[in-house]
Amino acid sequence: MEGKLKDNYKNEIKKYQPKPKVFLNCIRAFIVGGLICLLGEVITKMFIGYFGFTEKNAGNPTIATLVLLSTLLTGIGVYDKIGQYAGAGSAVPVTGFANSMASAAIEHRSEGLVLGVATNMFKLAGSVIVFGVVSAYIVGLIRYAYRVFF
Amino acid sequence: MDYMNAFIIGGLICVVGQLLLDVVKLTPAHLMSLFVVIGTVLDGFGLYDKLINVAGAGATVPITSFGHSLLHGAMAEAKDQGLIGIGMGMFSLTSAGISAAILFSFLASLIFKPKG
Amino acid sequence: MALVGKQTWEFTNGVYVQSTGTAVGPTEKEGPLSGTFDFSFNNLHCDEENWELAERALMRKAIQICIDKSGKTTDDIDVFLAGDLLNQNITANFMARELQRPFLCLFGACSTSMETTGVAASLIDNGYANSALAATSSHNSTAERQYRYPTEYGGQKPDSATFTVTGSGCLLLSREVTSIKVKYATIGTVQDLGIKNPYDMGSAMAPAAAYTIVQHFKDTNSMPHDYDLIVTGDLSTVGAPICRQLVKDEGYDVSKVYDDCGLLIFDREHQKVFSGGSGCGCSAVVTYGHLFQEMNRGTYKRILVVATGALLSPTMIQQKESIPTIAHAVVFEST
Repeated sequence: MEGKLKDNYKNEIKKYQPKPKVFLNCIRAFIVGGLICLLGEVITKMFIGYFGFTEKNAGNPTIATLVLLSTLLTGIGVYDKIGQYAGAGSAVPVTGFANSMASAAIEHRSEGLVLGVATNMFKLAGSVIVFGVVSAYIVGLIRYAYRVFF
Repeated sequence: MDYMNAFIIGGLICVVGQLLLDVVKLTPAHLMSLFVVIGTVLDGFGLYDKLINVAGAGATVPITSFGHSLLHGAMAEAKDQGLIGIGMGMFSLTSAGISAAILFSFLASLIFKPKG
Repeated sequence: MALVGKQTWEFTNGVYVQSTGTAVGPTEKEGPLSGTFDFSFNNLHCDEENWELAERALMRKAIQICIDKSGKTTDDIDVFLAGDLLNQNITANFMARELQRPFLCLFGACSTSMETTGVAASLIDNGYANSALAATSSHNSTAERQYRYPTEYGGQKPDSATFTVTGSGCLLLSREVTSIKVKYATIGTVQDLGIKNPYDMGSAMAPAAAYTIVQHFKDTNSMPHDYDLIVTGDLSTVGAPICRQLVKDEGYDVSKVYDDCGLLIFDREHQKVFSGGSGCGCSAVVTYGHLFQEMNRGTYKRILVVATGALLSPTMIQQKESIPTIAHAVVFEST
């Protein structure tokens, strides 16, 4: 006589749980993520060619442009649909970072500009900045010490 | 060729992200935080600049480049100012992106309503 | 009323459904049950300024329709019981402020519909009220923004996720004999088999539904074939088969009469709703609309509605806790 489903529940229910379509999701992430980076390359070349930026500093206006684009797409209500389709393909590029800030800002407008928009803007993006800065400090200190002592 | 590299390498970085989401079951916030740290660490070994040379926007557009920029700015200032330079220069390269995100998000909240 | 078995209440003095009111949003209107709702808004904001006001508009509409259909006035209501998904139950509280009737606020997450119905019926059966109004609501955007992410966030949800129903259902119970009688309510016990994934509520809630169903059979000495329909609130495509199996393991085969409100309310092929509908409004609008209409048509004579709730909060998920769940069941009979 087989054991009951509730004994060893977490393992036994695996057969009822839908498996993520990993391969399909990866293809979509590859295509959309690749396209966003391709767009970034086009924009970078444009800034170098027409606006006199150098290869070194064209990254800045490129990112600012992608941020603007992402914010607009978030505002018109399209980015969440792209995100559901592309997964990491839209979350990993800097457009995902901008979407996390813009979506939080737009959502919390109903609580006012100070306590709503301004307070909540970094709700999702804050972790990126915090971990970025903390890891940069740690790696920076190690690099600095390496440089000084070796 | 630059365009092809940007597409492929940027796409591959996103595939790694997707695997971390689907198989390792990280949340998006965990994924982005991890990638920023990876960017910092790769730049610590001097590898991220090499990646940018090959991939162009395929390396500067993903969030990993944020970590790279933070460290780059920190080290550049540390060269001139010593240890304290790390903190002084940290946001110098990322300032454009973050400032843009804050400004545009704020403006967006004034113009747009959430659609659900 | 009598306590029957361990945790079932039998309403022996006669409690009947006087009237109902249901109000839904655009996605529900486009689903398979579209003709069964009393009112639907054609925009997700329900013509209001923000999401919280929109949910209130839904509940206000459902209550107004329910009271109008009964021929009574607000003053005739002796007690108002309500709950919703939001922190501090703001939708219910603010509706109570408008209604100005004696108020009991209840939280059962998505099990609130049957929890409020069961308690309301017991108050009437025992003579503490002649007329009781029970309401609940949920809204896709208020739930999304409180429990998960801002609504415009581009995160990717897995296939096991459910889609919170934008809807409110309201029920007026009294001693006046009508075509639908409230016969029993089985009050659930919290179950938790260790599921931690907030994007898979079906797996978390199935044990609670199964527990309550089995306990109901034991308490009332009944069998699956005594019911024309046994319907859970929102177990979805993931939880429904798990629940059936869990109940079967205890010796009751419900497969011939089992269904789930979350599966009935949406067309999963053509609507982007992942594994089905969820939310307090789900079981409420399906039961008080479609299911009662089928009972009046004679399709069902005796149904067991098992509303299932996941008692989680974002804080507790971040603290890596598992999800406790509960299910409350009510038996409705045609007279």
